[in-house]
Amino acid sequence: MPDPTQPGDEYAPQPTDSGISPVPGHVMPEVTPGRTEDRSYSQGQLVRRRFFRHVGAMVSLAVLLLVVLVSFTSIGFGPVPGWWDKDFARAADLVDGGRPTLQLFPFALGEHPFGQDNAGKDYFALVMRGTQISLTIAFVVGIVSTALGTLVGALAGYYRGWVESVLMRLTDLFIVIPLLVLAAVLGRIAGGGGPVMLALVLGLVTWTGLARLVRGEVLSLRERDFVTAARAGGTGAVRTVVKHILPNAVGVIIVSGTLAIASAILLETALSFLGFGVQPPDVSLGSLISTYQSAFTTRPWLFWWPGLVILTIALSVNFVGDGLRDAFDPRQNRSKS
Amino acid sequence: MLRFVLRRVGISLLVMLGASALLFWLVTVSGDALADLRESNAENRQTLMNSRIRTMGLDEPWWSRYLSWLGGVARCFTLDCRLGVTRNGVDVQQLMGNAAVTTLRLVVLATLLAIVVGVAVGILTALRQYSGFDYTVTFLAFLFFSLPVFWAAVLLKEFGAIRFNDWLADPLISPLVTVLLAVVLAFVLQSIVGGGPRRRLTTGGIAFVWIAVSLVVFEETGTFRDPSFGVVPLAIAGAGAAVLTTTLVTGLGHRRVLYAALTTVALVVVGSLALGGVVDDPGHAVVLVGLYALAVVTALVVGWAWGGSSRRQAMAVSAVTATLVCLLVLMSKVAEYWGSYLVLQPRPISTIGASTPGFAGTFWEDFIDKGTQLVLPTILLMLISVASYSRYTRSSMLEVLEQDYVRTARSKGLSERTVVTRHAFRNALIPITTIVAFDFAGLIGGAVITEQVFGWKGMGELFQTGLNQTDPIPVMAFFLVTGSAAILMNLLADIAYASLDPRIRR
Repeated sequence: MPDPTQPGDEYAPQPTDSGISPVPGHVMPEVTPGRTEDRSYSQGQLVRRRFFRHVGAMVSLAVLLLVVLVSFTSIGFGPVPGWWDKDFARAADLVDGGRPTLQLFPFALGEHPFGQDNAGKDYFALVMRGTQISLTIAFVVGIVSTALGTLVGALAGYYRGWVESVLMRLTDLFIVIPLLVLAAVLGRIAGGGGPVMLALVLGLVTWTGLARLVRGEVLSLRERDFVTAARAGGTGAVRTVVKHILPNAVGVIIVSGTLAIASAILLETALSFLGFGVQPPDVSLGSLISTYQSAFTTRPWLFWWPGLVILTIALSVNFVGDGLRDAFDPRQNRSKS
Repeated sequence: MLRFVLRRVGISLLVMLGASALLFWLVTVSGDALADLRESNAENRQTLMNSRIRTMGLDEPWWSRYLSWLGGVARCFTLDCRLGVTRNGVDVQQLMGNAAVTTLRLVVLATLLAIVVGVAVGILTALRQYSGFDYTVTFLAFLFFSLPVFWAAVLLKEFGAIRFNDWLADPLISPLVTVLLAVVLAFVLQSIVGGGPRRRLTTGGIAFVWIAVSLVVFEETGTFRDPSFGVVPLAIAGAGAAVLTTTLVTGLGHRRVLYAALTTVALVVVGSLALGGVVDDPGHAVVLVGLYALAVVTALVVGWAWGGSSRRQAMAVSAVTATLVCLLVLMSKVAEYWGSYLVLQPRPISTIGASTPGFAGTFWEDFIDKGTQLVLPTILLMLISVASYSRYTRSSMLEVLEQDYVRTARSKGLSERTVVTRHAFRNALIPITTIVAFDFAGLIGGAVITEQVFGWKGMGELFQTGLNQTDPIPVMAFFLVTGSAAILMNLLADIAYASLDPRIRR
């Protein structure tokens, strides 16, 4: 988190030339318009450039997109059919005791790449179905909690006074109840309403951290001169916040939003594991592990696949978030020699 | 300071009051408390329903049930708590007693260990930024963040308990594993110690030989089944602890501090021998705590006597050394009784339950039994917190190391050790206190899952059955314990904050 008391000097121009050249007769290189050092970049371009050059974040983004793509195209979504011909709800005869047929060398999917469960259902289709639902929930939670957190934080930070007191005490109220407990109670209420309903409700309890961060940012930004200038020019409160303050806090918001998605997927799977999340006949990655955890000794693949998928998604989202953080706030990396 | 603390406690209590009302209401509307009876075919269905409506007060609105619960809690101020009865008429306090102890033991132990390990790892990675060690730790931290707790728990059960117990029955280490372990540990060590290639190679080489030889010796002498060690290794390790603490806090140049620490080690070791009978069978854990307090008091006196001009530092170093030596004595006792414990319990690391049912042994065997049950859940809870603490410590340490006063300290010729331990470390800790307090509620959430996976009868169980039966009373009991623990934790963080940063003492 950037220190709000420090002025944001990270975009200050750095001298690229050390001034006096030790070599006599040194000629300044000719300025060519295509060279990166000589072009000027907008802040957004700078951030984008730093993000796209972050190897870890780029690899993770590719992995994440792959997971999303495979899970949604394989078994199809809604009425759209996918390229995988087996149905996650239909049982079939066990092939080879239900062992996974996935082969890496040479690569071959086989009949049941992730194996079959004890009723003979194709586990690849089941895991893909779980991935779809878990991903949907995670993204909806991320969007809802980011929107709510930004709203509450901006209101509290901008208006101060009693608005701030009320909103921040409300935030404290949500923070003092352990998140898992609150989510479990709400999940039990909303669990029957399907995954999207569950996601909306989870979004209602996960905004607190972001609200605090945004409030801190807004508190320091509202004292800046450009905000005073905007207000002196007669800009209304809403426009000041939306046009002048929030664009400067967008780094914090995007990074926290990304990390919220990562924690949402863990929260959802944990809830489904405890039985307060996604309800049957829907499956999520957490409920799959919960259903099959006792099968670890007999059919270990039923346990491995969903867990590995959760780990992959959460890990790549976290790495993307880290890359975004580095891109928005490069101060941490300055001492790299 | 007192006003500051009181104000914080007051605000927290008000927030908890609001939160309890919210939680109570949410639980009452989360389902139908009579659901199971409505579906039953029992002949006395109506009688059962009526009696449950009476016990739970279902004919009243939720706020009147909440107020009567709150009235019972308010009596805690007169030391006469009435936390209500569950829907079966069982007093929640009876259910809670053991559960609260079990859960808090787990959570507090995990928090303490996570703070120590996380901060240490964070500092080391900050000092060795962009080394192989740093990158490895960063990756592991991200891995642990992203680990689903319940999934990792099943893995730990399989590999940490079942396979480990199998191995312990006949502890053999194949030469390949010996070499691999030694290589990995040597690599980590040389990366932490750092320096030029020559120094790294020497460190790595010595570490490799040392680890490989000790593994072989351990295997030959059967140390894994009987690790007991005598008083001489204890004294040597104690002296090592004294030197280490002195180096970190004041530097070995302060002879008086070093002598104070060494005297403390001698006194504690001799004391543990002299009071051997009591240490062997203290009867109750309180006696152990008393002995520890005695050791610390002795250490403070020794530090005061040796101190001279650096009295405060000598006392602090002696107290820390005494704590470390007491831990060493504890370890030596556990090691001593490990063999006889294995006879009673051939598969030590358990996967289910908080203690072996019907276990009867001496004090120390009992101690080991409780400890081995704690091992896996604690590791599990720790992993996630260690990951986040080490990341936060690293970034806050890096930020502090860039400050002007650190540059000033370096430029006036202070040694790197002094700069890191006295100028940077303390200031880097300030943000961590907030994170730790904030993280505590999350740890309790993690404990609910951990308890469920390991089959503990803790607060998580209370919460889960309460919620499943739409019975707010056990859920509120859970919230009361965890909420008060969280407030206490926040208070400790505030006090730590105030003592680290004098500016906020108003």
